[in-house]
Amino acid sequence: MRIELRNIDKSFGPVHANAGVSLAVESASILGILGENGAGKSTLMKILSGFQPPDSGEILLDGERAAIRSPADAIRLGIGMLHQDPLDFPPLKLVDDLVLGSPGSLRPDRGKAAKELRELAGRFGFDLDPGSYVDALTVGERQQLEIIRLLWLGAKVLILDEPTTGISLPQKEKLFATIKRLASEGMTVLFVSHKLEDVEALCDRAVVLRQGRLVGGSEPPFDARRLVELMFGKELPQAPRRRAEPGEAVLSASGLCLDSIRLQIKDLELSVCSGETIGLAGMEGSGQALFLSSCAGLERPVSGRLRLGERDMTSAGHHDYKRSGVAYLPAARLEEGLVPGLSLSDHFTLAEGKKGLFIDRGEADRRAMSRIAAYNIKGRPESPVESLSGGNQQRALLALLREELSLILVEHPTRGLDIESTAYIWSKLKERCAKGAAIVFISSDLDEILQYSDRVIVFFAGRVSPPLPAEGLGVEELGRLIGGKGWERFDEAKAPTGAARGQGA
Amino acid sequence: MTSSRAAKALFQAGAVVLALGLTAAVLAATGTRPFAAFASIASGAAGNWGVASDVVVAWVPLLLVTSGLLVTFTVGLWNIGIEGQITLGAVFATWALRSCEGSALSPALAIALAFAAGMAGGSLWAMLVGALKTFGGVNEIFGGLGMNYVATALNIWLIFGPWKRPGIASMSGTLPFDKAYWLPTLNEQSRLAPVAAGAAVLAIVLVFLLVQGTYFGLKLKAVGKNPKAAFLLGVPTWQYMMASFAICGALAGVAGAVQVTAVYHRLIPSISSGYGYLGLMVAMLVNFSAALAAPVALFFAALNVGAIQLPITLKLDSALAGVLQGTLVLFVLLAEGLRGRLMGKKGGKA
Repeated sequence: MRIELRNIDKSFGPVHANAGVSLAVESASILGILGENGAGKSTLMKILSGFQPPDSGEILLDGERAAIRSPADAIRLGIGMLHQDPLDFPPLKLVDDLVLGSPGSLRPDRGKAAKELRELAGRFGFDLDPGSYVDALTVGERQQLEIIRLLWLGAKVLILDEPTTGISLPQKEKLFATIKRLASEGMTVLFVSHKLEDVEALCDRAVVLRQGRLVGGSEPPFDARRLVELMFGKELPQAPRRRAEPGEAVLSASGLCLDSIRLQIKDLELSVCSGETIGLAGMEGSGQALFLSSCAGLERPVSGRLRLGERDMTSAGHHDYKRSGVAYLPAARLEEGLVPGLSLSDHFTLAEGKKGLFIDRGEADRRAMSRIAAYNIKGRPESPVESLSGGNQQRALLALLREELSLILVEHPTRGLDIESTAYIWSKLKERCAKGAAIVFISSDLDEILQYSDRVIVFFAGRVSPPLPAEGLGVEELGRLIGGKGWERFDEAKAPTGAARGQGA
Repeated sequence: MTSSRAAKALFQAGAVVLALGLTAAVLAATGTRPFAAFASIASGAAGNWGVASDVVVAWVPLLLVTSGLLVTFTVGLWNIGIEGQITLGAVFATWALRSCEGSALSPALAIALAFAAGMAGGSLWAMLVGALKTFGGVNEIFGGLGMNYVATALNIWLIFGPWKRPGIASMSGTLPFDKAYWLPTLNEQSRLAPVAAGAAVLAIVLVFLLVQGTYFGLKLKAVGKNPKAAFLLGVPTWQYMMASFAICGALAGVAGAVQVTAVYHRLIPSISSGYGYLGLMVAMLVNFSAALAAPVALFFAALNVGAIQLPITLKLDSALAGVLQGTLVLFVLLAEGLRGRLMGKKGGKA
């Protein structure tokens, strides 16, 4: 189906999210839509998929004006959107997730739906069992389910919003193969991303949005430097790699066993040294989040020991860890890290942890001003945190960290942030390293893992690799490990590459 | 900023008008002239010094429980068990006074003890709800409702059992205390105790300061708005929830003690008089802001007192006050919701 957008305009209060965007996409083609955070990509796609109406402008499908008032309208017209975070129903069975969105009779025909689900999955080589539950799937598999669902509903246009976040390399390759095949069969694909390499690998054409406007486009072969310029206005230098001199052990785990509903981690040995950065890689739900929260005292180990310096912390609570200089930054910034409804100033007052009766507002605002300046946050002391953009929320979280820290645990430090914010966040984190703090972070962005870590630990279904030096580790190899391949070498010689350093193992 | 504030005032005013209109329509449908009913309530609440002082008498416990509820609402808890907490405050205060009666203790000290016991009783009952929530995973609404029934049963058992009047137990309650143990009132006829009114005003002022200006209040707010983040920011969450239960229960206990020592001078079966539920409505109506609680509570008290004479003057049930209060809360909340929808309060992200 050919799509044409004409003069789409959309404002949210003072923010002009889309300013007269006009765009045409031919059928059987893949269009990449690039832009930094807040450039208006998601808004445009939400308009096309019926999530929100445009203020003005029109949408033409195969040359006819279409009125898309809801996502149900959109899918009826053949437009299906794959959201960044899967919009599915974890407690349901796959087949129920499928029939739930279908216009149907009172009694859905589960048998037929299950059969069709199996057929469609088989066609694309997806391993999806209609009778199992959605929450047993990985993010990548949930994405596959969502694609199948949209195809099943008769989608002729597929919008993919940042689909490569949080999935493994093999899953990404499979996804790309699927997209290419769909396009060759006549599907119109809109691929929203801020990853140039993904667009290069996949798209027939790319357009760039910047501050709500369509600023340019390109066809293969893509000139990456020109696209970056279009997106950001200038090319950003890559931060030089610098290998930290590891100091003494900050955190040591020995024989650590962790248990969650879905997986177990057994006999984890690790010693984290001051000044170093350790990246935890793996498919989402492979155990890295479980391990990270146990290092913050948020998850009790089943057995084994955790020590901070010389102190045994195995059964200590999170606040004990906090007092001992451990900070934990969750991935869900607004759900777990910050308190919506409270101002930046309130947050700094809370984080300072000062005892006393009355708050000195003047002092609180002065402190907030200086932190806001130091961390380059776009906001004012009285700004509620939910009014900040994602990048500024992450900066605020960093600004909340206390001065004296020995260990910083971060989940997805730059998820959803643009390159500029990413570079800034890491420069601030590395400043902490230089002062002697160790950083352990989770990321699903392999480049981020390789660029910023000194050592990398790979998690796969509860299995934990020994720490691997990031230097000399390639995306290829890391991707294979994340996908569960090449683990045999760790079995032969257990912990040859510095696991249990300083443990005398 | 100012235009949004003006819009807010406009919506609120509209809500009040609509609530009055709906109540008027209900009245008209039953064949009563609405204006006569409203006029009767007004004169019943402010017609003479006696009724006006009765309004203040009703205002005191209402303001006390509302103050307490503002604390639990701040930390994100629905303390529906407030009724039971008032009852337990009354029970403990009665117990203290009964123990002191006839002892060498001075009446003033006995009354002070009764208030302390009332606070302890209300606090204890609230913390039981808190413990059920924290350690047993029982939602505070269910726990609170359950504890309300237990409190009522305990109260009735005391009145008809161990504390029954000599001779025959009666729904009219326990034997009144000796006059020396009554909380001093303005004059012989009045039930208005200046000390109680002072306590209520002090309570709302303290709660206002607590929530607005203290570290404790800020932490309560943080827990109320996002317990997970508050915990990660270093706030011991369940301890703060327990503390807010304790504070709210203590204030409800004071309300119970006031009812016992100043208003009824004995323990009666319905000692909480529904002030707990009414307090929940006041707290919702003022959108959990302490600054507005006192006047709105006064208005609600006036409606309650003003409606008492409706059966005599207009052959209407005095429940009309409750109808008006209920519609008022519903319409104000509705207006807030509509305002949010129409004015597009939510900013969007691109």
